[in-house]
Amino acid sequence: MSALATAPAAGIGPEHARPGLVRLTGVELRKMVDTRAGLWLLLTTAALTLAAIAIVGFAGEAADHRFRSMLEVAIAPASVLLPVIGILLVTSEWTQRTALVTFALVPQRGRVLVAKLAAGLVLAVAAFLLSLAIAAAAVAVIAPEGDGVWSLPVGLLLQDFLMMATGMAMGIGFGAALLASAPAIVLYFALPMAFGILGEFSFFEKIAEWVDSSRALAPMTSELLSGEQWARAITALALWMLLPLLIGAWRLRREELK
Amino acid sequence: MIESDGLTKRLGGRVVVDDVTFRCEPGTVTGFLGPNGAGKTTTMRMLCDLSPADAGSARILGGRYRDLPNPGRRVGILLDASAQHPGRRGREVLALAAQVIGVPESRVGELLRRVGLDESAGRKRVRQYSLGMRQRLGIANALIGDPEVLILDEPANGLDPEGMRWMRELLRDFADRGGTVLLSSHLLHEVEATADRLVIIGNGRIQAQGTRDELLQGTGTIVEARDEAALRAALDAAGLAARPGSDGGFVVEAEPEEVGRAALAGGVALRHLALSQGAGLEQLFFDLTQGAPESFPAAATDPDLTEAAR
Repeated sequence: MSALATAPAAGIGPEHARPGLVRLTGVELRKMVDTRAGLWLLLTTAALTLAAIAIVGFAGEAADHRFRSMLEVAIAPASVLLPVIGILLVTSEWTQRTALVTFALVPQRGRVLVAKLAAGLVLAVAAFLLSLAIAAAAVAVIAPEGDGVWSLPVGLLLQDFLMMATGMAMGIGFGAALLASAPAIVLYFALPMAFGILGEFSFFEKIAEWVDSSRALAPMTSELLSGEQWARAITALALWMLLPLLIGAWRLRREELK
Repeated sequence: MIESDGLTKRLGGRVVVDDVTFRCEPGTVTGFLGPNGAGKTTTMRMLCDLSPADAGSARILGGRYRDLPNPGRRVGILLDASAQHPGRRGREVLALAAQVIGVPESRVGELLRRVGLDESAGRKRVRQYSLGMRQRLGIANALIGDPEVLILDEPANGLDPEGMRWMRELLRDFADRGGTVLLSSHLLHEVEATADRLVIIGNGRIQAQGTRDELLQGTGTIVEARDEAALRAALDAAGLAARPGSDGGFVVEAEPEEVGRAALAGGVALRHLALSQGAGLEQLFFDLTQGAPESFPAAATDPDLTEAAR
């Protein structure tokens, strides 16, 4: 209250500096957990990761209990759900109309999108570290027989992380391109499925290997990619991650707020 | 300082804001008045760069809104109190804004108290808030950066009479300390007690603007007689311009004494003769904002709308 008296004459001080991207990223991370819906989605992801590991731990065979296999299992739930978190991170601003407040405080809408991507990346890192920890703990407890239980090529580790991070960015891209939760979530899952079905036809099979994201990205978590596999994965990512992000960035900047 | 210079907006081929020009000076409260759909919200969104203008420009504190480095520190905005995530706690809504603009989070509690939301209200989720509480939260959100300018769209919506008086005092105090306030309303009585200046918009165009007193001047005298035709004839004979009043009778652009003389000359018995005050402004508001602005000042009065304004 006392500050109000001085406000009109305050002029430009350091406190008027533009909010930095680190600060905005922190705000976006906070938005992920400060609603009940967001918090539950994160807790569900963690719970599913534990459940998947427990199931494989009890039901699987020794070969499944190697660290490399367990990690593949551990990151599966997050690879599916992180994109949904990414979608909602953008679309909830539209459906709840909080974008009015967000863009009033940060008129450069592109900066908000970058902050959301950065927050998504931070969450992907956190989810990946958690998956690593859960998988490692499970392997330590089960202690399977055999050689190379703990062996894991660094390249595969990076591929696993790439899978999580790009999934998150895909979700944010879909969310920004469609700006509505339900269509974005449905299309995110339905479109690759549709491509999968199309891929069953011989005339489309060659194309599907390159543009069907589920097929092109499938080896990402199970084997070290060959040169051609990388080319396919990058092609699929350009189509399913980069293109939605570009469309999303363009829409976000010009879309009228309802 | 808020300057709108020829702001124009087309939506779906229709001009919803047409060449809107006005200024709000520091130390004043400006009431932005008009019926729903007149273009108030669209104009305010253009002022805050939330919606691009098709023509014209807006300046806040001497520059474009989007060029303010940290706009939340200099301009407080409330464009829609219901635009909040229902699953977020009230206190968290303010904490997020505080974090974006770099204000210590300790200010959140202070702001909640200032807008009359107590600790337990702050812990509640916005879903449980009444519209009045959302308005208070929205006003707290606008004030959190300790701004010099306030832009509030329909802030009195959903406030009870006590809440409206509280807001009046808050805005008056803000302006008296040198701040600039622009608040919109579709109800005249919500702003006439607070605003120094009025900008009246209808059909996307500015219909009138000036100080409240200027707009009141010349709204004239209310006169009624049982024999309206005879009264009309007497006024015409005296050369006095008259338009039908909202409750029957006429509003005459003259002093009561002149109207009385005209009635005497015409031999008409009056049953009411008074200087129009608030009622005149109300009449003016409706005349200005209704249907066809060209027909002012003899615009027809829709009794339902008049009723709604009470």
